[in-house]
Amino acid sequence: MGSDLNRDVEGLLKAHGVSEREVYLDSENSGLIFPEALKAMVDSYEEAARGHPAITHKLGWESYEKLYESTLKIAQALNCNSEEITYTHNGTEANNLAILGLAEASKSRRKILVSSIEHLSVIFAAEHLQKFGFKVVKVPVDGEGFVDLDFISRNVDKDTLLVSVALVNHEIGTIQDVKAIIDVVKGHDEKIVVHTDACDALGRVKLDLKRLNLDLASFSSHKIYGPKGVGALYIKEGVNVSPIIYGQLSTQHLWPSLENIPAIVGFSKAVELMHLNFESYNSRITRLRDKLIDGLLDIEYTVLNGPKGYKRSPDNVNISFLFCEGEALTVELSLKGIYVSSGSACTSRILEPSHVLQAIGRRHEEAHGSILMKITPFHSDEDVDYVIGSFPDAIRRIRSMSPMKPGGG
Amino acid sequence: MVKLSSRIPLPYSFKVIELFRNPKNLGKMDDATVWALAGSIACGDMIAMYLKIDEETQSILKASFESYGCAANIAAASILTEMVRGKTLEEAWRISWRDVSDALGGLPKVKYHCGILAVGSLRRAIRAYFQDKLKPKWLPENLTAEERHALEEEELAERFSRKS
Repeated sequence: MGSDLNRDVEGLLKAHGVSEREVYLDSENSGLIFPEALKAMVDSYEEAARGHPAITHKLGWESYEKLYESTLKIAQALNCNSEEITYTHNGTEANNLAILGLAEASKSRRKILVSSIEHLSVIFAAEHLQKFGFKVVKVPVDGEGFVDLDFISRNVDKDTLLVSVALVNHEIGTIQDVKAIIDVVKGHDEKIVVHTDACDALGRVKLDLKRLNLDLASFSSHKIYGPKGVGALYIKEGVNVSPIIYGQLSTQHLWPSLENIPAIVGFSKAVELMHLNFESYNSRITRLRDKLIDGLLDIEYTVLNGPKGYKRSPDNVNISFLFCEGEALTVELSLKGIYVSSGSACTSRILEPSHVLQAIGRRHEEAHGSILMKITPFHSDEDVDYVIGSFPDAIRRIRSMSPMKPGGG
Repeated sequence: MVKLSSRIPLPYSFKVIELFRNPKNLGKMDDATVWALAGSIACGDMIAMYLKIDEETQSILKASFESYGCAANIAAASILTEMVRGKTLEEAWRISWRDVSDALGGLPKVKYHCGILAVGSLRRAIRAYFQDKLKPKWLPENLTAEERHALEEEELAERFSRKS
């Protein structure tokens, strides 16, 4: 993108102005941070995490202690052993380590099943392996994003290395029955590895790694309102994963180099907060989610993407506004202080819109008009009221500019 | 072709935001001499271009547009309607998508196609005007790159709709 002509972002922001009220609903793409997690992080920069945790001096040992404490807290919340957690710098790296690292360690098995609505860090990592002779099978989903269990059952065989399905879909909030997936897969062959991208599940659905009998699970700090720049991969004891990056090891054999300990401390704090407040956060978020969904579906020519009710992640709102181009809508809403993202492909005409929306059968024009929003513990009823109150005008203006209008024309 | 996710940084110029907020010459023109549509909803961008032409001087008295597309798409169509006002059809024909991009303070690379589609819709309208008239020398027989772009996009949309 080096040849972009325009770099006057200052001028852009000035022309944009600031809305009286601002509601940030784009935690899918970049999460806000718990003040407590930020404080824990800053404290550890200033105090106990200044050294390298694998070096033999006082500051090193202090850092090691901080790292160990943080990992224990995370392991406790997830119900796993601290040795089963490997830190990466984000969810994308965790997914890559899971898939590429498992393939690297595999001696013979060459078949990988991933759902067709996985995060691109799962799909692209799996597709990359095709270059090395791996076969990738995409598991279809129904109109609400639930994977086809029969398809999985028919397609796992002696050559299958891995089945990867996210517990909660990042775009449409579908909560998969991962227990049923594990039962089907392990019923065929205990040795097939089951991975779940749990970045969007953590803190939103109950997650007990031991009881679930998962092999691999990925996590991301910013998705639970911890600092950016840290993620983790749970690797069940006994599952073989090889490193995919190389260099000087610190305390982890699968991810070399210095751990981002202040970020890990902040991540751990966020895990703790999500764990302690699980019931109160989720009952409130679910209520606000449904209020927002119901309020926006009152607008004409709208479609909810993903399931309704308890099988939908408590934070997820994804609605297609027909006859509306999504990217224009993100800019229009931004001018009103409402920050959202879209599954539109208007960044380039060769690109197709969201693969998730296409996989659940949305037509291109429906996908182009999709808006993704995530409710957080930081939102209030007033925020949701403001959003519901602001949308109709935004939709009306964008629709009014189009040559294709509802009812033809 | 490098595979990209659908999230690419889009540093719009303030001009794009201004025109998005207050588009000039927006709306269908009831007394248009000629109009043309380019692009498709399935591809996520479509522009309708309306021209009121002075038959004697073969110049554009006024132009207006409608757009289904992103902020850059709306801004590109809008500024083009400003750029062509008062120009002869030949002068208007010679406006390139680069000129549109420059007039907007520079479109981000991934939004060049918005400028291309806007010019494509204008040239289609001009071509349509000469459909049953004596064609001037400056009007090329073959489609220009901008017109082909619109056509390719429509064919792509056709493929999408067959697929689903």
